[in-house]
Amino acid sequence: MKIYGVFLLCACFLAGKFLGHLLGQLIGIGGDIGGVGFAMLLLMLGSLYLRGKNWLATETESGIWFWSSMYIPVIVAMAATQNVKAAFGGGAVALLAGFVATVIGFLLVPLISRMGRGATKNETSDR
Amino acid sequence: MEILERLLNTNSLIFGFLWVGIIMLAAYGLSRYVTAGRIPGAALAILIALGLAFLGNEHGLADIGMFSGLAVLGGSMFRDFTVVATAMGADLGAIKKAGKAGLAALLTGVVVSFTAGVSVAYFLGYTDAVSLTTIGAGACTYIVGPVTGSALGASSEVIAISIAAGVVKTLVTTIGTPLVAKRIGLSDAPSAMVFGGLIGTTSGVVAGLAATDAKLVPYGAFTATFYTGLGCLLCPSLFYLLIRWMTGA
Repeated sequence: MKIYGVFLLCACFLAGKFLGHLLGQLIGIGGDIGGVGFAMLLLMLGSLYLRGKNWLATETESGIWFWSSMYIPVIVAMAATQNVKAAFGGGAVALLAGFVATVIGFLLVPLISRMGRGATKNETSDR
Repeated sequence: MEILERLLNTNSLIFGFLWVGIIMLAAYGLSRYVTAGRIPGAALAILIALGLAFLGNEHGLADIGMFSGLAVLGGSMFRDFTVVATAMGADLGAIKKAGKAGLAALLTGVVVSFTAGVSVAYFLGYTDAVSLTTIGAGACTYIVGPVTGSALGASSEVIAISIAAGVVKTLVTTIGTPLVAKRIGLSDAPSAMVFGGLIGTTSGVVAGLAATDAKLVPYGAFTATFYTGLGCLLCPSLFYLLIRWMTGA
């Protein structure tokens, strides 16, 4: 049943978010730190375990795949609800600060990914 | 007409799905028949949606009554939920392998964005430590900015600027990622993890990767989700002390 898959997804999502909030509280800044990351880990580990036990029916998985395929529409809705006027209303400081920070981030991608590959050169020979 | 209006207002989430469906249909049609597939449909859909957001204010198109459902559909709950679901297609081994590079990217990303934001603010005339730190934090993400600003007691004008800087970052990432992806080697799981850690704005990273290559989304999201927390941890504490020391106040 598809709802079993949705159930698994919801359980992982909420448990991950809980861990994220717990971490936020432990460090003393509140909020959610890495909740989505924890939830993703739980879902990967959970589905791996269930698949190994042969408990994850295709029908169950399709309940998760449906939501997985809905993220682009959700992102489109998110884009339509951005405060774009604020982005341009913040003046030169906001425009420049946001732009420069992003561009430097882009430029550093090849540098740091190379560093990551250097450490595991033998394993990733596909590049 | 009145019936229709009531119908749309009480079923706004369903209407939101309908609208997104229309945007997607138009975008994928344009992508295929007008650009001959050169610009991905997802990228066009996001651009159209950003354009429509100009019709509203703080919540974009959702500020207009009958479109209010878009705020739920595009809010953090559905965003995080669907992004977590993409982990089903992710390779745990790849994430483990790129773990160290991802962590390095996270730390570098927060430091570099903050430094860039502070430098810009400094050159444009801000000299007090609180404003500099808040704007630097805004260059991390639009959440780190206001969190830092309220913790340090920054003026509401400066907090608004920090939010705007974060939103600009999200927009530049969303639009820029598919354009620069090839040139910066953003093509596989490890580079996507590094990208997510360096840029950090979850909404921008996810939207940018979706417009580039949908397979990369879970990896970028995985690291980006730690970024805002790290920024909220470092900016109002360590970074603020450093800036205060550097400005000699």
